[in-house]
Amino acid sequence: MANERPSGKRIDLPTGTETVGHEWDGIEELDTPMPRWWLWTLYLTIIWGVVYIVLYPAWPLIERGTEGVLGWSSRGQLAQEMRVADQSRQTVREALSQIPIERLPDNSPLMAQAVAGGRAAFLVNCVQCHGSGAAGSPGYPNLNDDDWLWGGDLRAIEYTITHGIRQQAHDKTRMSAMPPYEGVFEPAQLNELVSHVLSLSGKAPPTAAGAQIYADNCVVCHGPAGGGDRAQGAPALNDAIWLYGSAREDVARQILDPRMGMMPKWERRLDPVTIKMLAAYVHSLGGGEDFVEVAKDPEIQVDEQP
Amino acid sequence: MQAEAALFRAGLWFAVLILAIAAAAVAKDAAYAAHAGIIAGVALLLLTMSAGRFDPLGKAQGFFRMPEEPSRYDDDPVRWGVIATMFWGMVGLLAGVFIALQLAYPALNFEPYLTFGRARPLHTSAVIFAFGGNALIATSFYVVQRTCRTQLAFPALARFVFWGYQLFIVLAASGYLLGVTQSREYAEPEWYVDIWLTIVWVAYAAVFIGTIVRRHEPHIYVANWFYLAFILTIAMLHIVNNLAVPVSFLGSRSYSAFAGVQDALTQWWYGHNAVGFFLTAGFLAMMYYFVPKQAERPVYSYRLSIIHFWSLIFLYIWAGPHHLHYTALPDWAQTLGMVFSVVLWMPSWGGMINGLMTLNGAWDKVRTDPIIRMMVVALAFYGMATFEGPMLSIKAVNSLSHYTDWTIGHVHAGALGWNGLITFAAVYYLVPRLWKRDRMYSLRMINWHFWLATIGIVFYAASMWVAGITQGLMWREYGPDGYLVNSFVDTVAALHPMYLMRAFGGILYLIGAGVMTYNVWMTLAGRLRSEAPMSDATYDPAADRPILATAIREPQA
Repeated sequence: MANERPSGKRIDLPTGTETVGHEWDGIEELDTPMPRWWLWTLYLTIIWGVVYIVLYPAWPLIERGTEGVLGWSSRGQLAQEMRVADQSRQTVREALSQIPIERLPDNSPLMAQAVAGGRAAFLVNCVQCHGSGAAGSPGYPNLNDDDWLWGGDLRAIEYTITHGIRQQAHDKTRMSAMPPYEGVFEPAQLNELVSHVLSLSGKAPPTAAGAQIYADNCVVCHGPAGGGDRAQGAPALNDAIWLYGSAREDVARQILDPRMGMMPKWERRLDPVTIKMLAAYVHSLGGGEDFVEVAKDPEIQVDEQP
Repeated sequence: MQAEAALFRAGLWFAVLILAIAAAAVAKDAAYAAHAGIIAGVALLLLTMSAGRFDPLGKAQGFFRMPEEPSRYDDDPVRWGVIATMFWGMVGLLAGVFIALQLAYPALNFEPYLTFGRARPLHTSAVIFAFGGNALIATSFYVVQRTCRTQLAFPALARFVFWGYQLFIVLAASGYLLGVTQSREYAEPEWYVDIWLTIVWVAYAAVFIGTIVRRHEPHIYVANWFYLAFILTIAMLHIVNNLAVPVSFLGSRSYSAFAGVQDALTQWWYGHNAVGFFLTAGFLAMMYYFVPKQAERPVYSYRLSIIHFWSLIFLYIWAGPHHLHYTALPDWAQTLGMVFSVVLWMPSWGGMINGLMTLNGAWDKVRTDPIIRMMVVALAFYGMATFEGPMLSIKAVNSLSHYTDWTIGHVHAGALGWNGLITFAAVYYLVPRLWKRDRMYSLRMINWHFWLATIGIVFYAASMWVAGITQGLMWREYGPDGYLVNSFVDTVAALHPMYLMRAFGGILYLIGAGVMTYNVWMTLAGRLRSEAPMSDATYDPAADRPILATAIREPQA
């Protein structure tokens, strides 16, 4: 085997094919013709390629590339598809842009369309905080229940989405601040207060001392029975819903060093029709309230609880 | 004279040591300081080696094992390379299983060093450049000597290539965990590591080309064409894609020389051809030597090898833009990327045909020889992946598959199936021959490895196909009202079972590689497992040596 070079060609017995005549470290090569199907498939792909580059943009020139016989472009295709999609939604969007949001429930086909569109927008813009089922998580409100910090009718929800919560340098944003009580109470006093807050929803026995501290410090915003106040975004303390937890240490921490969440304002990030659809979707989740007109300018004054 | 040389060397390493310590002291960031520390450690090691022995030549002979006689092939760098291949292979596969589990269970992200973002390039670089790269360097040194019937051209440089490449791997891998990255996929190491790799790679090219130049055969064997294409093109890709301006020569940050879509296109011109010339051309070179050797059959078609070689390397280099379909890249460039990719289908398959049909007359070995079986399945996965690739490059398909796990499945069909199995087969071929053993410790364990790996790949590829198509269809699903149905997180939740199946496939593959490591370890220890024999290819130690210049002049009887 070694040093047979330059050996001549020979016929390989198992295949009956002639070798090329070279040999490297015992490896020889057969002189088999290229498989016809392989060669023809290669030719076919080349022919297909030539046709394709005539039909579609392909050749780089000095200023720009050739545009192709078909005149196709990816931007053109996108614009066309967007136009078709927009047209199919045009009538709905126009109707939505004209109807005042509190009148939306009167028009149930339009309401259904708004809820569908709002759901899609919610999945893109809102799930990051509120969760894909809108159930929230600690610090991020659950939108499925009927506990509303700032009001749960269509107009109030639309206002909250438009202007956000605690957005700095934005006059119309929902704004509230609970003062921190760090260092104000003795530990025993804090303990009494926590007991009283929990007693409002029946989680602890009421105490007279706690009631007194509550009356002195908390009642202005949260109300004597802990019902909260939507006008200033003060949460209700007498229900089973706790944004930052209902354990004693959670309540104590919220009294001493309150956390207050923020929500972006969606004005100018989303168009008014999409915001309307989002409001309709959130309203439809289960806790939506009926709109009751109590003031001449409901955009500023939040409605009373029904 | 020798003492002077030793003193000079020691002084050189001392200077490097001082420079590295100084660089560590004034570095702009901690990662750069850590890398300078690694360099200082290596310099200190070399300094002690230079100074600790009076006889520097003896030191070089002893530690670096320079070839002693011209009648033997220079196989020490190949032996080290085989061990490095096994070691980095286990590291890379382990990292792969880890990040697969991170995707299924995000709690496994450990800040800051073991987050997915840092562990993922560790996995890709470990398997491609550490495992694959060491396999390519080792086999190329083995194959080029035998098919040229000569020793390696520059023995000292060949040793530098091996150790320099390991230093590159250590700097790259430690950099990823420390957060050093230039954010270019498969080219993450920063500017100073890139410069080091360039030096090593030029040395590698010099050794390889020098060996071909001094060959004792009239023609250059096809495997060497592919190795040469791999070495030269990778050099070009590496240099162009890593053109960057360092923020500071004492810091591990740099800015790319390109911007915007030009930057993206340069990156994917590199990224795609890393697949084309590292993982395809390089491993085809391995295939062209080890398949005919193991099968003991002539290569199927010389003509096919010429045509598919030239068409493959001509077409591959243009196919990169298909990674940027429907982006800011101009339409004409996208069209050309797609057309070249589709025409690339047959040239890629030429290698599969030449490999599989080489078994003509020896197909019975698929039944009896687990190494041949591994090679056949490697070529089958190669054929599958090189059909899938052109298909995914078609815009209509790509609009569904792009950014989904289908791409991951495609890559792993090629990486685990083709690159992994052909490398394992080559290592199984090499180990008994390099360490002069009768056979591997256990041929039945090779068979176990084969089945574990194959079933692992099937789990991996099948689950990622399902995951990718699910993902693609969910992203584009519109409800009857004309609005998107799913949020992104819905699609993530839907993939969880697929991610578990993928991790399971990866674990099977890792176990297979573990069986192999044990098998290689025992073979090196000189053990033979007593088991019913499976047949193996014959080996003639008398013919496994270069031709001496004197022997050529005298015609053989």
